[in-house]
Amino acid sequence: MIPVAFDYEVAESVDHAIELLGQHGEDAKLIAGGHSLIPIMRLRLAAPSVLIDLDRLDDLNYVRDEGDHLAIGAMTRHRDVHYNELVREHCGILGYTAGLLGDPSVQHRGTLGGTLAHGDPAGDMPSVISALEGTIVVKGPDGERTVGASDFFKDYLFTDLDEQEVVTEVRVPKLSSDTGWSYKKFSRRSQDWAIVGVAAVVEKSNGNIDSARIGLTSMGSTPIRATATEQALSGASPDQVAEAANSADEGTSPGTDDAASAEFRRHLARVWTRRAIEEALNR
Amino acid sequence: MGGGLPRKEDPALVTGRANWTDNIQLPGMLHLALLRSPFAHAKVTHLDVSGALDRPGVVAAFTGEDLADEWPGGVPCAAVVTEEQNTPFQAPIVTDEARYMGDVVAVVLATDRYKAQDALESIEVDYEPLGVVVDMESALEEGSPLVHEELGTNECFTFTAGVGNVDELFDKTDDPDDQAAAARAPDVQGEGDTDAAFAKANVVIKERYIQQRLLPTAIEPRATVAFQDPGHNGYVVYSATQVPHLAKIVLSLATGIPENEIRVVAPDVGGGFGSKLNVYREEILALVLAKKLGTPVKFNEDRSENYQATIHGRGQIQDIELAATSEGRILGLRVKLLDDMGAYLQLLTPAISVSGAAMFPGVYTFDAFSIEIKGVFTNLTPTDAYRGAGRPEAAYAIERAVDSLARKLDMDPAEVRRKNFYEPFDEPTETPGGLQYDSMNMQAAMDRLVELADYEGLRREQQQRRENNDPVQLGLGFSTYTEICGLGPSQALAGLGLGGGGWEAANVRMLVTGKVEVATGTSPHGQGHETSWAQIAADALGVTPDDVVVIHGDTAAVPFGRDTYGSRSLAVGGIAVHLACEKVVDKAKKIAAHMLEAAEDDLEFEGGKFSVAGSPDQNVSIQDVAGGAYLGADIPEGMEPTLNENMTFDPPNFTFPFGAHLCVTEVDTETGKAWVRDYYAVDDCGPVINPIIVDGQLHGGLAQGIAQALYEGVIYSEEGNLMTGSMVDYMIPGAPELPNFTLDRTVTPSPSNPLGVKGVGEAGTIGSPPAVMNSIIDALSPLGVKHMDMPALPMRVWNAIQDAQGNAAASGEYDAALGSREADVKQEGRSEEK
Ligand SMILES: Cc1cc2nc3c(=O)[nH]c(=O)nc-3n(C[C@H](O)[C@H](O)[C@H](O)COP(=O)(O)OP(=O)(O)OC[C@H]3O[C@@H](n4cnc5c(N)ncnc54)[C@H](O)[C@@H]3O)c2cc1C
Repeated sequence: MIPVAFDYEVAESVDHAIELLGQHGEDAKLIAGGHSLIPIMRLRLAAPSVLIDLDRLDDLNYVRDEGDHLAIGAMTRHRDVHYNELVREHCGILGYTAGLLGDPSVQHRGTLGGTLAHGDPAGDMPSVISALEGTIVVKGPDGERTVGASDFFKDYLFTDLDEQEVVTEVRVPKLSSDTGWSYKKFSRRSQDWAIVGVAAVVEKSNGNIDSARIGLTSMGSTPIRATATEQALSGASPDQVAEAANSADEGTSPGTDDAASAEFRRHLARVWTRRAIEEALNR
Repeated sequence: MGGGLPRKEDPALVTGRANWTDNIQLPGMLHLALLRSPFAHAKVTHLDVSGALDRPGVVAAFTGEDLADEWPGGVPCAAVVTEEQNTPFQAPIVTDEARYMGDVVAVVLATDRYKAQDALESIEVDYEPLGVVVDMESALEEGSPLVHEELGTNECFTFTAGVGNVDELFDKTDDPDDQAAAARAPDVQGEGDTDAAFAKANVVIKERYIQQRLLPTAIEPRATVAFQDPGHNGYVVYSATQVPHLAKIVLSLATGIPENEIRVVAPDVGGGFGSKLNVYREEILALVLAKKLGTPVKFNEDRSENYQATIHGRGQIQDIELAATSEGRILGLRVKLLDDMGAYLQLLTPAISVSGAAMFPGVYTFDAFSIEIKGVFTNLTPTDAYRGAGRPEAAYAIERAVDSLARKLDMDPAEVRRKNFYEPFDEPTETPGGLQYDSMNMQAAMDRLVELADYEGLRREQQQRRENNDPVQLGLGFSTYTEICGLGPSQALAGLGLGGGGWEAANVRMLVTGKVEVATGTSPHGQGHETSWAQIAADALGVTPDDVVVIHGDTAAVPFGRDTYGSRSLAVGGIAVHLACEKVVDKAKKIAAHMLEAAEDDLEFEGGKFSVAGSPDQNVSIQDVAGGAYLGADIPEGMEPTLNENMTFDPPNFTFPFGAHLCVTEVDTETGKAWVRDYYAVDDCGPVINPIIVDGQLHGGLAQGIAQALYEGVIYSEEGNLMTGSMVDYMIPGAPELPNFTLDRTVTPSPSNPLGVKGVGEAGTIGSPPAVMNSIIDALSPLGVKHMDMPALPMRVWNAIQDAQGNAAASGEYDAALGSREADVKQEGRSEEK
C-alpha cells in the first residue's frame, strides 16, 4: 500500500501537459482524479517516475450545449456530471451512471476524461459512451483530433491515445424525448465494480422500438456493443425484447474470476439486457 | 444503570482526536518494514540484507539468524488442548523456511516508513519453492507436503468429548461393512426394534458445512511503538491491542525481558474483533529492536499486510449428524470438525474450536452428544479468535441442521425448535455439552420474535410470491442460539487448556474532591467501558456518571487484569467494578457513622447521602466522607485513610446469553442475488446497563454475521496465494448492503453474578449467519435447493439453482472457476486495480 517514490509536476495548461509528457517520456503519467492510478501505484503494479497533475486545469471542467450534442470537459468530476442540469435534461444516462461510480469521495475526485483514458472494460462510463456513440477529443503535439468511441477503446487498459496525447473533451448526443435509456449494473455490493453492466439507448416510436444501442461492461477486454441484440431489436415490438436479449452475449469474450465465471457473466448479460431494454422502454 | 447515556468516548472518535498508536512520534524513532515471503512454502536458499543498508534513510537490517538470541521463547501459544498437541516454534523472523505467504524473512529499519518499504527491494533473497498444502483434508493424507517437516504430520491435535452413546444412534447396523450407508440412509428404522436408542432414531440428518476463513478487518490495522523507558530500567510498548496485560506476560516470555521491566499501553484502539487478542511477532520485533538499537521503533502495518499477516478467523469443515424422532424430537448429535490452524499457532489458535465444542447442542436438550476435532496445519495465515470464536461455528452447524430436520419432516422450523427447547430455568442446568447453562427462557424470546415479525403474515407473503412465480422469492430463516460468555471461572478455563486465570480486577477510588476514578483491568477498544463502567460506579456510589473517569489499558496505571475479549468484560470486569464500589460504600458508611456519631447499622445510604434512619437531617454526603477519608484526621481509630478499594472477581460460572432471530431475505432467482430485506432479533443478555451500547453491539455483530453469510470469504489459490488481498476483492458489506434491524429484548438475569448481566459483544455475530442461510434455502427450496455454503454470493446462489434444476451446463462452474483460479493476467490486473 506504499507506492514507489516519484516526481511530481503540475500542468498549467493542456499544452504544458503535452510539453511535460514530451520532456519526461514514457515513464511519465498524467494524473487527473487519481482514483484509478493511485490504487495501482499503491500496490506497486504501476511505478511511473513522474506524475503530471491535471488537477489545476479548470478550463477542462465544463458542460456545454453545442446544439445537437453536449460537450463535457475531460476534467469534469463524476459528481459534477451527475448533478449537471444540461446532462440531466439531455443525456440522462450519463448523469445517472456518473452517480454509480464508487462512492461519493470517488465521484468527487474521479473525472470523465480519466475513466475513459484508463480504458478499463469494467468501468461503467466506457460502455455508456459506446452506447451513446460518443466522441472523444484528444490533443497532442500535432494538434487536436476526434475519435469515435468504437475506435477509442483498443484493448484492456489500452486506448487509441498516443503517449503525448491528452483527452480534453467528450461529446455525447442530446437524446430526444422519444429516446429511452437505462444503465443496469450488476455488482456484489452496491459500491463495487460491475460484474456485468448494460447500457441501453432505445429510440422509440409508437410503442415499438425503432433502434437500440447497447454497450456491455465487463464482457471482454473493451466495452462491447451487443450487436446481435441491437439488430434483433430494430423495428421490434416490446414482446420481442426477451428473445432479442437472449443473444446479448454473442460476440463477447468475458473472463472468469473469483466474482463470476464467464458462463455466469454471459447469463447475466442476457438477463440484464432484457431488463435494461424494458426499463428503457418505460423511461 | 439502564439509561441510554450517549457514549463518553464518541466525541473524540468522531472528530478525529483519538489517540492512536500510529499518532505517536518520538525523537529518533525508526520505522520497521518487513520482507514477507511471496511464496506459501519455500526454503530460503540465499539471503543478503546488506543492499538495503545502502538505501537512503536505512539504519539497520536484520535476518532471523542475526536476532535469534533475542527471542528464546519464540512467538508463544498459550493454549494446550491435548497432551499430544504439536506446537511448532514460531520465530519472529524465519531462519529456514517460509510457511505461508506473508511469513517474515528479514526486516529493515529506516527513518521513515516509506524509506523502510523501498529498501526491502534491495534485499537479495532466493527461494526454493516447496510443496504447498492449502486444504485440510489433503493435509491429513499420507504423503502430503508437511508444513512443519520436524513434526512428521500436519495434525496439530485431536480432541474428543461427549456424553451418552452417540455412536449407537448412528452406527449400529447388522452389516459391519455398511455403517456409513446406514448412517446416511435410514429414514425410518424398523419400529419395534428392541435396541431402544437406535430404534428411536427415525430420522438422521447428515450434512457438511464449511466455515470459510474470514478477515477480521479492524478499521485500525496493527501498530506498535516500543522504546526504552529512559528513567527506568525497562521498556514501554504502546500497541493497538485488546490485551495489554497478556501482552506484558507474553512479551516477557518471548524475549526473556523480566515481566516487571515491561509496561504495555493500549491507547485508543480502533477495533479488534479478536484479531488483537494476540501477541504478534511484529510486537516482539519492535521490542527487541528497540532494545538492541536503543531507539524507539514503530511498526504500522498497511492493509495488505493486515490481510496477509494478521490472524484470520473461522476455517472449519463441519461434518454433523443429527438423529431425531419422526415427531422432530432430537435424540443425539455427532460432530466431526477439521479446524484450520494455518501455518503456526498464535496465542489461542487450537483453543478456538475446542472452546466452542460444548456449544454445538445449542438451545436444545437431548442425551447423546459427541464431538471430535482435528486441528490441521496448512500453508496459510494462522487463524485465531474472531468475533464469536468457536461459538458462531457451533451455532451455525446446529441451526442449519435443525432447519434441515424441519424440511425433512415437513414441519415448520419454529415448531421443531420449540419441541426441543429447554423448559425455562433460572438455576444452572446441565447440558449435553457438559456445561451448566446459567438461565434461559427460549419460549419467551421465540414468542416475542414471532409476534414482532408477524411471522404468519410473512409466510402468507411468501406463499403469494411462490404462487405468482415471482422472479424475486422470499425466504424466512430462524436462528435460536445461545453462547458462552463471561470468561471465565479460572478453574473451568484451565480445564479447557486455557490456564492463566479468568478473573478480572478493578480499583475504585473516590478522591478528596469527591470525584471518582475507576481503574479497570478490562481493555476496551470500541465497547464503551468508559461509559458503562461510569454508570455502574455512579449507581453504586450515588454520584453521576460525569463524576466518574474510567482508566484502562495501561499496565502501569491499572490493577493487573485479563483484558477484553469473548464478551467477558461486563460479566467479569464490570462486576469487579460494582463490587469494588460496594466496598467503598461499606467503608464510607463506617466513616459516616463516625462523623455523624451514629451507629453504622442506623445509617441509610441513598442518593449519595448517608443519613440516620428516622432523622434525615442528620446526614453527610459520600463526597464529604471521601474528603474526610482523604484528610485522615477524623476517621475511626485504626482505619486506613482514603476511599480506595480493590476487587478481583472470579465468577462461579460462565454466562449464557441467548436469543431468537428471524431473517427475511429476498432472492432474485434469475441472477442469484440475495439480500436481507428485514432482520428481527430478540436477544436476552440479562439486565441492560446501557441500551444504546447494547443495540450498537448488536448492530455491529449482526452486520458481521450477515457479512459472513452473504459476502465475506477468504480465497486462496492452489499455490497458497491470497486472492482476496485487498478491500476490493474481499467483500466487506457497507451500510447499503444491510437492512434496518428490528430489535427487541427479553430479560432473564444470570445467577452467575450479582448484577445478573450476561454479555452482548458477540451475540449478533453468533445468531445471524444460520438465520441468513436458512432464509436463502427457504426461499429456494421450491426450486429444489437444499444446501448452500457461505458466502451466498450471486454466482454460488445461481449455480445452486442451476444444479437443483439439473442444468448440467452450469453445474460445477463455480468450483471450476475457483478451482482453476488461473490468474488470467488481465483479470488479475483488473481486480488488483480497482
Ligand atoms: C473505491 C473506488 C471505487 C470505484 N468504483 C468505480 C465503479 O464502480 N465504476 C467505475 O467505472 N469506476 C470506479 N472507480 C474508478 C473511478 O471512476 C476513477 O475515478 C476513474 O476510473 C478514473 O478517473 P480519474 O480521474 O481518477 O483518473 P486517474 O486515476 O487520474 O487516471 C487514470 C488513467 O487515465 C490517465 N488520464 C487521466 N486523465 C487523462 C486525460 N485527461 N488525458 C489522458 N489520460 C488521462 C492517467 O494517466 C491514468 O493512466 C472507482 C475508484 C475507486 C477508488
